[in-house]
Amino acid sequence: MTPPTRPVLIFWIIAGWVGFLLFPWYGTESGFFSFEWLVDGYPFEPDYSPAVFLIGQGKKLWLSPLLIALILPLLVLGRPKSDPIYFRILTAAGALGISWLIIQGFSIGLRGFNFQWMNAVFGALDDRQYGMGFGALICAAAFLFLFTQGIAARGAINGDVFVVGAIGGVIAIVTTFVFFPIANMLFSAFVTDEGEYSVLAFFGKFFDDRLWGIGCLTGSRCGAALNSLFLAVAVGFITTVLGLAFALVVTRSGFRWKRMIRALTVLPIITPPFVIGLALILLFGLSGSVTVFFADLFETQPTRWLYGMPGVLIAQTLAFTPIAFLVLIGVVEGVSPSMEEASQTLRANRWQTFRTVSLPLMRPGLANAFLLGFIESMADFGNPLVLGGNFDVLSTEIFFAIVGAQYDQGRAAVLAMVLLFFTLSAFFAQRVWLGKKSYTTVSGKGDAGMHPMMPNGLAIPVMFVALSWAIFTATVYGMIVYGSIVELWGVNNSLTLKHYITAFSIRIEEEGIRWTGAAWDSFWTTITIAAIAAPLTGAVGLVTAYLLTRQKFVGKSAFEFGTMLSFAIPGTVIGVSYILAFNVPPIEITGTGIILVVSFIFRNMPVGVRAGIASMSQLDKSLDESSLTLGANSWQTFRRVILPLLRPAILAALVYSFVRAMTAISAVIFLVSAEYDMATSYIIGRVENNDYGLAIAYSTALIFVMLSAVALMQIIVGRTRTGRRMTPAGPGL
Amino acid sequence: MSIASQAAPIRFEGVSKRFGRDVVAVDNIDLAVDAGKLVTLLGPSGCGKTTTLRMIAGLEMASSGRIIIGDTDVTKLPATDRDVSMVFQSYALFPHMSVLENVMYGLTFSGLGKSDARSRALQGLELVGLEDFHGRLPSELSGGQQQRVAVARALVLEPQVLLFDEPLSNLDTKLRRQVREDIRAIQQKLGLTVVYVTHDQEEALAVSDEIVVMRNAAIAQIGTPRELYDSPNDRFVADFIGEANLIACQVVALNAGDATIEIEGYRLRLPARGLSPGPATLAVRPSRIILDNDTGVPVTVAKATYVGVRMEYTLEGEFGQVFAVKDDVDKPLEVGISLYMSFAAEGPVLLPSETGGHGGH
Repeated sequence: MTPPTRPVLIFWIIAGWVGFLLFPWYGTESGFFSFEWLVDGYPFEPDYSPAVFLIGQGKKLWLSPLLIALILPLLVLGRPKSDPIYFRILTAAGALGISWLIIQGFSIGLRGFNFQWMNAVFGALDDRQYGMGFGALICAAAFLFLFTQGIAARGAINGDVFVVGAIGGVIAIVTTFVFFPIANMLFSAFVTDEGEYSVLAFFGKFFDDRLWGIGCLTGSRCGAALNSLFLAVAVGFITTVLGLAFALVVTRSGFRWKRMIRALTVLPIITPPFVIGLALILLFGLSGSVTVFFADLFETQPTRWLYGMPGVLIAQTLAFTPIAFLVLIGVVEGVSPSMEEASQTLRANRWQTFRTVSLPLMRPGLANAFLLGFIESMADFGNPLVLGGNFDVLSTEIFFAIVGAQYDQGRAAVLAMVLLFFTLSAFFAQRVWLGKKSYTTVSGKGDAGMHPMMPNGLAIPVMFVALSWAIFTATVYGMIVYGSIVELWGVNNSLTLKHYITAFSIRIEEEGIRWTGAAWDSFWTTITIAAIAAPLTGAVGLVTAYLLTRQKFVGKSAFEFGTMLSFAIPGTVIGVSYILAFNVPPIEITGTGIILVVSFIFRNMPVGVRAGIASMSQLDKSLDESSLTLGANSWQTFRRVILPLLRPAILAALVYSFVRAMTAISAVIFLVSAEYDMATSYIIGRVENNDYGLAIAYSTALIFVMLSAVALMQIIVGRTRTGRRMTPAGPGL
Repeated sequence: MSIASQAAPIRFEGVSKRFGRDVVAVDNIDLAVDAGKLVTLLGPSGCGKTTTLRMIAGLEMASSGRIIIGDTDVTKLPATDRDVSMVFQSYALFPHMSVLENVMYGLTFSGLGKSDARSRALQGLELVGLEDFHGRLPSELSGGQQQRVAVARALVLEPQVLLFDEPLSNLDTKLRRQVREDIRAIQQKLGLTVVYVTHDQEEALAVSDEIVVMRNAAIAQIGTPRELYDSPNDRFVADFIGEANLIACQVVALNAGDATIEIEGYRLRLPARGLSPGPATLAVRPSRIILDNDTGVPVTVAKATYVGVRMEYTLEGEFGQVFAVKDDVDKPLEVGISLYMSFAAEGPVLLPSETGGHGGH
């Protein structure tokens, strides 16, 4: 019954040989996607040679053991899958190939051997190697999937080649692009200025006063770690309170403009993180409208009170309240109305019901919202950069440690570790402590009850707080649009479109359109990179979600934890760890567009995974099973049953990761290069040059681009839902 | 080309299934299903019947033991590679494909050309009487029609074994009888090997060639419907297959394979079934209790309930309570009167006495 030919096995054997025989082994200087090598001395020019030609010319002989790993799999062709030799050879060949690739990749770098002891043992090496290229990558993939086919043949996951391969693939890329750079960065925290490993170097940097100083209690400055911690707790608390107020207004009041408040939730998705900071400067900065107004009124000198803790706190509260709202609206709606109705029939009045039933049931949700606000505030980079002043926080300190005059990798690594410690603690708390504590009920059965209205004593202050904050938010966003058409804020308030013209002018010439505006370059780069990253993010996220919801395997919870972990890793940490890890072989991608794409994939992957899990758990598992019993394998089932049914979720994940890639700044600012500048880092550059008009005009344009992307998606998804019936066939009439 | 049967027998040899370390879902069962027979797995929820079915399909892998379909040892073979089709409780029709696409789905993986697959699929739909609905989406069909599409989708693959997982549980009562007769008719017409899971004993009695009663991850009894109903092995089977009153009694004499039993002075002779003198249990179906004799066990009518087609009585005596039914609804017995209970000549079965277990109704 099993087919005698094994297309997957043969494909990967051939792929391995193609990578070894045909493609340039090392990365070429002209870039990954340049095919200049084809016409420039290939295959004998050493820079472009495939591995086999290098070995043939007597160079890079350390690559030759890979031949064993390529030849071994040929022996299993024609053997039955159940033959123990089949899995032994494949796992051995795959493991040998991967581990040899890793060992030689880390041992031999740009200056010969990377480790002193190797020079002592083998003598100095008079050769070097660059980062991996097409050939090495294809070989690595081939070894990986030969290995997973061996594991599958041994009987793992019922011998399912696709599932084992997918698990192996996800583990491989997450290890390479999340765990490896982070671990690498942790090590560099222990490196002294002379390049030696030393625990003292770590402690010296760790117990620095700039990190833990408590000077602010006595009037001078506090350390960055304490500042960050204090700020994050405050932001977490305030956003939770405001988010709860909004959620109560939407679900438990007679307020008429609920839809407007719900629309608030889209704001943080489409707003680049520092834009709020810019708008606050327009309002409360030294020449801000409000500042000037009060200064004139009381005839005092305008102050710089905004720059520092107050400004960052306000900006982050504005930016992250919608996130808390989004979490809490689910929590508030999730409290089963029948419990509240039961309480009321037991003679509790509305206030007693709220205090003794509703609020306690929401408690885990409130804690969750607090932790999210905490993590977001810790990780935020844009607002502290724009508004921080002398108020140092971890995320910006990391940046200045790397790009500033001090250039201190070790200090950046220590700061990143502290930041990572805070966010991971919150992440752990969220998963371990809150994981089991949800009271909200989503039973699938229609709950016929109605949520009671808030008691008046509660409703009035809640409405007041929510509405004034909503008006403030609207004002701030209004300022963004208005600020983009003012000549020079505070000095010359005449209206003009000149910022847009500077940024986005085009000239139509005979050869076609000339993009003459200053912003076009970074704009198109951003769109391109985001458009490349989005489908990849979606694919990785969906495959991971499929494995998590549909398959059982050993170590699944560790697998889940590893894939969700990058959610808790702040962008600045990712940025620092990437430039430390990926500017030397074996993976040498710093300064390319690839590193941007990769960083977006792994920054946004948890979002894709969550979306995928949410929609896949709505699909009845018997759909997969019936497809399997009808003779489809798990890949065919994934492609023909699951993917078509998930189309709306896929589209949403695509647009979301596209938009997030466009608004990202924290990781991006470390990874951009002259050739690949992104919109957000370009804007930050303008801000640093005090060119606010252009920065705000560009931000406004970005917001509208993203708003239309989200709106377009809403329309298409809405149509898909009604056009095709998405519910699995239940009992009919 | 018409839809035929490739029916093959199934054999379980010492098959167990454990989930995690402690949960034993199926414990060392041996089972043989002959080719062309319809065998039902029957038991309360959690007894391991669905796990057994899923092990035949390859959706669960046996932890130990061997599973053989036809001549092939399929123990380690995943679902994709087994020649087995399954009809799911929820039907599991693909909502994004039309009825015809659903039925063709499995055929496209069997190496059939597109036009062959199409004509075979249409034959399958004709077999279940839905050829005119092939362009519809599943959501545009009624529950019974969806069920038939699911059957057609499984049938067209001409599987060695066809599995049904509680196929009627989502249908309303009237439709159930119709659909189960259809399933039985197709099975007999094509000579299919069918394994059918249900927790409804009436459904099992009606469709099966043979019934496997399961309890606590093991097989309690295997037999034809008649055997199980008329001579259950133990109290569990007696109570699960049709309702049975279980009355404590004494075996007082043995005589050429027959036993004489005594309940409160009332004596009865029936097959001994290997029992020795001493305490035993008598299992009596509610319809086999006779109330209009002058001799028997003294009882009082404790409850009388009119359910339309018959009367249901709860009777009390010193032995406990029993449940009896009478077809005479015009002259019901009054609550509180005393009379004698005796038993029909055919029907009552002697079971070993067990401490604990089920009491009489």
